[in-house]
Amino acid sequence: MRYFEEELERLKTQLLAMAAMVEAAIYRSITAVVQKDQTLAQSVLRDEARINQMEVEIDDLAIGLLALRQPMAGDLRLITAALKINTDLERMGDLAVNIAQRALSLLDAPSIKAMIDIPHISGLVQSMVRKSLDAFVHKDADLARSVLASDDAVDDLRSASNHELISFMEKNPQSIRQGVDLIAVVRNLERIADHSTNIAEDVLFLVKGVDVRHHAEMRQE
Amino acid sequence: MSTNVSTLQNLAIDMQKGVPMKPAAETSAKLVTTDLNFYYGKFKALHGISLSVPTGAVTALIGPSGCGKSTFLRTLNRMYETVPLTRAEGAILLDNEDLFAIELSALRRRVGMVFQRSNPFPKSIFDNVAYGLRVNGFANKATLQESVEQSLRRAALWDEVKDKLHESAYSLSGGQQQRLCIARALAVNPEALLLDEPCSALDPIATAKIEELILHLKRTCTIVIVTHNMQQAARVADYTGFFLLGKLIEFNATKIIFQTPAQKETEDYVTGRFG
Repeated sequence: MRYFEEELERLKTQLLAMAAMVEAAIYRSITAVVQKDQTLAQSVLRDEARINQMEVEIDDLAIGLLALRQPMAGDLRLITAALKINTDLERMGDLAVNIAQRALSLLDAPSIKAMIDIPHISGLVQSMVRKSLDAFVHKDADLARSVLASDDAVDDLRSASNHELISFMEKNPQSIRQGVDLIAVVRNLERIADHSTNIAEDVLFLVKGVDVRHHAEMRQE
Repeated sequence: MSTNVSTLQNLAIDMQKGVPMKPAAETSAKLVTTDLNFYYGKFKALHGISLSVPTGAVTALIGPSGCGKSTFLRTLNRMYETVPLTRAEGAILLDNEDLFAIELSALRRRVGMVFQRSNPFPKSIFDNVAYGLRVNGFANKATLQESVEQSLRRAALWDEVKDKLHESAYSLSGGQQQRLCIARALAVNPEALLLDEPCSALDPIATAKIEELILHLKRTCTIVIVTHNMQQAARVADYTGFFLLGKLIEFNATKIIFQTPAQKETEDYVTGRFG
């Protein structure tokens, strides 16, 4: 393997290590909400600094490769995709922290019926995250497209969940604080799904060389 | 300038779709080759090259040594005719005119050439640039002086040589000599300029000056450049063709060639995985 290819592998490995941390943070933050687990929520807050540090290191590595290697074609697309995925992963880490903070806020609140929607939405969102990263690892355009197709379903679930929570709060004004926390949890999940969609779009650019952002009609080609 | 912008845009759109450029009489191509074969004796150096060089743009030809890119360049002003036992087959059009039917000195006036190694004549700076004009019958002193100044300005050399026009061209640096050769080629107002690795012997600063010059010249002159330096092709060319073993593997907008080439051979070459 040429030295440059080893450097590209190192970039991918670091990005995947960061992805694993972010996936774990998302899983733990949601579990902390559902199971009211303070320790898990605090572990998400603790890992944020490490994720931020990884973002800086990956940017540094990628920009160094751009400056020193002048990559072309597939190599160029890999490095630019890595830079963008890196930013998305860091944002997803932040959103997991937001969810963990809501989990801490919800520790003492009683369980309400609307919470049963959260495992459903989070299951779909975590599946999108996993598929978008698998699509990156395996350069799988079809898998990336399947992530794009899921985004609308998450939006619909968020909308339905919001209606349910608002309705619940109208009937139970004493639970408004709890309801607001849950709306925030769902909103953060929906934004994590948006970042997974961004990653899937970056994978399509990496594999096919096409930019499908803001072009829904191109997504299925 | 005769560039038909809308036609060029259409060409670019076609190329975005990955459709190879087909020679077509109505395009704004300055030079069009169709099924061009070239032989050095029995050796076939070019295999059926069909390529349109868009007017008023820079077209780069890249590929490994011996791929035929320089041979192809030399067919565009029939420079090969000085080499014994060479033969070209197929068609080349210059502005829709049969290039093989154009009288040779008229062709060389219309399609100028600059080589890898600067080759100024053993004359003064002024006389180098005036040479082509004098050969073409421009004897009027005032006209000559005006044309020489204009050519040196177009070649971005005037400010550096205006006070020593009658010194030997050999007194100039390598980069200045190369720009002098470009000025000499520009003096007869060519429609197209062929550059055969014009920066390969130059340092980065002289190279940057030539590249900047190329980007300015394309407003008035169609440029075809052969280069081994892919970053140079990426910096200066609007279109790029990749040659391999005498064949044109891929021709497209430069951005596409270096970001999303369609052919695996092109991808392997531009990413350095060739061979």
